[in-house]
Amino acid sequence: MAAHLVSTTINGDAVEFACPADESLLSALRNRLGLSGAKEGCGTGDCGACSVTLDGRLVCSCLVLGVEANGRKITTIEGMAENGVLHPLQENFIEYAALQCGICTPGFLIAAKVLLERNPNPTETEIRYALAGNLCRCTGYDKIVRAVQASARELRQIEKRKGRKKKGKKS
Amino acid sequence: MPMRYETPSTTREAAALLENEAGAAFVLAGGTDLLVRMKLGHIEPALLVDIKHIPAMSSITHSAKGTRIGAAVSGAELGEHKAVAKAWPGVVEATNLIGSDQVQSRCTMVGNLCNASPAADSVPAMIAAGAKAVVVSRLGRRTVPVEKIVTGPGQTSLNKGEVIEAIVLPARPSRSGDAYLRFIPRTEMDIAVVSAGVNLTLERGRVKTARVVLGAVAPTAVVVPAAARAIIGSRLDEGALEKLAAACSAACNPIDDKRGTVEYRTKVAGVLAKRAAKIAFQRAGGA
Ligand SMILES: Cc1cc2nc3c(=O)[nH]c(=O)nc-3n(C[C@H](O)[C@H](O)[C@H](O)COP(=O)(O)OP(=O)(O)OC[C@H]3O[C@@H](n4cnc5c(N)ncnc54)[C@H](O)[C@@H]3O)c2cc1C
Ligand code: FES
Ligand code: FES
Repeated sequence: MAAHLVSTTINGDAVEFACPADESLLSALRNRLGLSGAKEGCGTGDCGACSVTLDGRLVCSCLVLGVEANGRKITTIEGMAENGVLHPLQENFIEYAALQCGICTPGFLIAAKVLLERNPNPTETEIRYALAGNLCRCTGYDKIVRAVQASARELRQIEKRKGRKKKGKKS
Repeated sequence: MPMRYETPSTTREAAALLENEAGAAFVLAGGTDLLVRMKLGHIEPALLVDIKHIPAMSSITHSAKGTRIGAAVSGAELGEHKAVAKAWPGVVEATNLIGSDQVQSRCTMVGNLCNASPAADSVPAMIAAGAKAVVVSRLGRRTVPVEKIVTGPGQTSLNKGEVIEAIVLPARPSRSGDAYLRFIPRTEMDIAVVSAGVNLTLERGRVKTARVVLGAVAPTAVVVPAAARAIIGSRLDEGALEKLAAACSAACNPIDDKRGTVEYRTKVAGVLAKRAAKIAFQRAGGA
């Protein structure tokens, strides 16, 4: 029995694939499922280019086995835009020129999204610590931090508007 | 031969799987050491036993009698447990220093321990806390002080077919505090050049009991009883702290490399131990 059958949920869709036990989740995503958004920068947990979420937690998919995904929920960069509309983080990475070659970008976006879901109003230091597991050799990081700060402001405003609408409905 | 992957639901089953495998068999916890070693071709396992489906390994219990942290609990989960973070801030901050947020989602204290790196961050803090490992085999279980697990770089005292089910921290007396500090050339994502863990309990403003442990200055973490003796009975005055620092420096047997010379590591060990002692003292309510 060389291959294991893995049943998982990726970006909300039920997905099945077969892979050998020693294959990384990153390689299963890229080579079996055609989800090539997550990148392999190092393969050893240092660069974060392969970041995805596993049951809501940020992980390096190069340090997860494909078989470990069985019965669990994964989100990847492919699930970030909804119905063709970019997420505010994606818009702001373009707006603030927070990418050059783009290899690190999917990983930064996933990590930044997890950060803002936990902490909608992070300080610059908190942003830098939260993104310390993601390396970029082009931008010098500053533009990435600005893009995340702008997205945090925008997302807080969107939440506020949602909150007001709810209140309006109740009364 | 393709590698086998198993997901047992009890610790005994995990131990039996490891014992019955003739080839190289490993526990898979967070995989942040193991999968790197596989990727680099340092090991070629015949079997991985994933312990994350074992309920007894996946929970934290915390009461007046003590704290039990399952071997599959990630650093992130430990950090989110408010009561444990309050009782054992040093142990929790040491564990939370391991790697990035990505690594925190996966890494475990027991994986950090069993990987047996001299620079493992959670280990000095665990030893200072008086932590014990619950070791399970097909035949039964034994409880071992954490300092008895690592015997050298990459080496542990665990026998074939033995797994660690949990880490147990003792009951916490009032007026206690612990702290862990490491020195790294960067501010994040680096390996400790020197580290120090201190755990102490006060009585009428004086240190009643203490444990001082150094990391990355010898092949294994080093317990320094002379450093503890230097502060026991004191109000952590400058004289006591100087003696503690001298005892720590004397206990060092570090490597010499481009990240830190022997002389440097020896000096910094004393400085860090002093600072960690001050933080632990403050946390215990000492003035
Ligand atoms: C990018 C990166 C940064 C890192 N930064 C740090 C750092 O700052 N500080 C630091 O100390 N470490 C660091 N590490 C190393 C690693 O993350 C830690 O050692 C981590 O705690 C290992 O835990 P794990 O659960 O992932 O172990 P695994 O990789 O799953 O296991 C490690 C070893 O322990 C054995 N093992 C695991 N659980 C058990 C058990 N219950 N019983 C018996 N044996 C067991 C495994 O078989 C294996 O040999 C880093 C790693 C990476 C990739
Ligand atoms: S490819 Fe996974 S961290 Fe670099
Ligand atoms: S944009 Fe090139 S590595 Fe970040």
